[in-house]
Amino acid sequence: MTALLETRGLNKAYGGLQAVRNCSIAVKQGSITSLIGPNGAGKTTAFDVINGVVTPDSGNVIFDGTDVTGSFPHKLTRMGMSRTFQITRDLRDMTVLENMVVSSPARGLRSLIGTKIQRRERDRAMELLDFVGITHLAGTAANKLSYGQKKLLEFASVLMAEPKLVLLDEPAGGVNPALLERIVDRVASLNRSGITFLLVEHKMDMVMQLSDWVIVMAHGEVLAEGTPADIQENDIVLDAYLGRA
Amino acid sequence: MTALLELSETRAGYGAGPDILHDVSLTIEAGKSYCIIGPNGAGKSTLLKLVCGILKPREGRVMVRGESVGGLRPDQLLARGVCYVPQERTVFPTMTVRENLSMGAYSVDDKDVVEQRLGRVLELFPILDERRSQIAGTLSGGEQQMVTLGRALMVDPSLMMIDEPSLGLAPTVADQIFDTIRRLGETDITVLLVEQNAQRGLESVDWGIVLDLGKKKFEGPAEGILDDPRIRELYLGAKVVSRESEG
Repeated sequence: MTALLETRGLNKAYGGLQAVRNCSIAVKQGSITSLIGPNGAGKTTAFDVINGVVTPDSGNVIFDGTDVTGSFPHKLTRMGMSRTFQITRDLRDMTVLENMVVSSPARGLRSLIGTKIQRRERDRAMELLDFVGITHLAGTAANKLSYGQKKLLEFASVLMAEPKLVLLDEPAGGVNPALLERIVDRVASLNRSGITFLLVEHKMDMVMQLSDWVIVMAHGEVLAEGTPADIQENDIVLDAYLGRA
Repeated sequence: MTALLELSETRAGYGAGPDILHDVSLTIEAGKSYCIIGPNGAGKSTLLKLVCGILKPREGRVMVRGESVGGLRPDQLLARGVCYVPQERTVFPTMTVRENLSMGAYSVDDKDVVEQRLGRVLELFPILDERRSQIAGTLSGGEQQMVTLGRALMVDPSLMMIDEPSLGLAPTVADQIFDTIRRLGETDITVLLVEQNAQRGLESVDWGIVLDLGKKKFEGPAEGILDDPRIRELYLGAKVVSRESEG
């Protein structure tokens, strides 16, 4: 199978700290690939470089056959790469439905104010809200949502762009077990429909259950990769988590 | 003998959010030193915030020397000898090292007592003695961490809870901090350490407590606890069977 996303020799330093060092990974088309590793391993920095939030010091990001190194996030979204964030963003006082609609890149730069939500946009948004189970909140101001509901809204809103690849940064962080189960189920379902996922997550049961392939980072470098079963057996990985390196 | 600290079936969380700690029960005895380990999101820091009074228990009890303290404010807990050194290093950047340390004893009126404690802290941290007139904001990360530890010692605590002291420090600097913590554990102060770096944290204490998803999983002598087979599952997830590639 071909790689939908590939990084080649990425380096990124913040001051004296080499956050990502010579990082080369590949995410196969149609897979759920996870990026794990102890705190400070460089996972979020790798994400930031991949989706254009920061520019690497050196190295390349290849997405869907195109070198996209340094491309802006909105451009990548239009190319089919979407990303959720570890901490949900400030959603201000727009409703859940409005949040969904402005997340659609098809809207371009048209502002929501004074622009009618089209039936097609509304239908698509409602369909996705239904998919994550929060249609009843469509008219609610997004800043009134609980933390878990905000996570679901963010997840639904990245789907408005009809992505090929979704980068999920700690989707399970701070959500209760029932909601976690819902997220796992929806990710698996979207994956069956053809969407590729790259996941950063600390909840290991979720990672191992969902992933086809697991990449382990430590100190900014790729330490190991393999199937979930391989990674669980790997003593080097365990030692990295326990600080026994 | 009454335990120094006892949690019984305690639940806690933030704001209106879900429970982070679920029915945690544990006992901390005076004079021993402890390290709580566990994967991200296990509830380690939350446990410390609960004990020092930043969070209130939603259910269950928090007892210090047999007295129920759940719901008391941090300053009230401090008066009972419970102190907390948070993850974020928080020196007063424009004050000198000495002034920073003195701030730790702001509630003590007796000048002689303050001087006596200061002497003890500077003895424990010779580097701070050398730097006592330096502005704290200009110290290195490791030295700032020593100032926060020293400042906490100025309240003459019986229980000292330390959250991730090695965070963001270079390995050799972290070594010095762990060494200091080990020496603290050898005094009459009871140390309750939380560390992401399980190996190093456990090397500095007597007893390990393993937390996962807001529950205590098991505990035991610090030496050897990482060899427990349950550790692997905890850090790398419940064992999956190899599956066929789904093409």
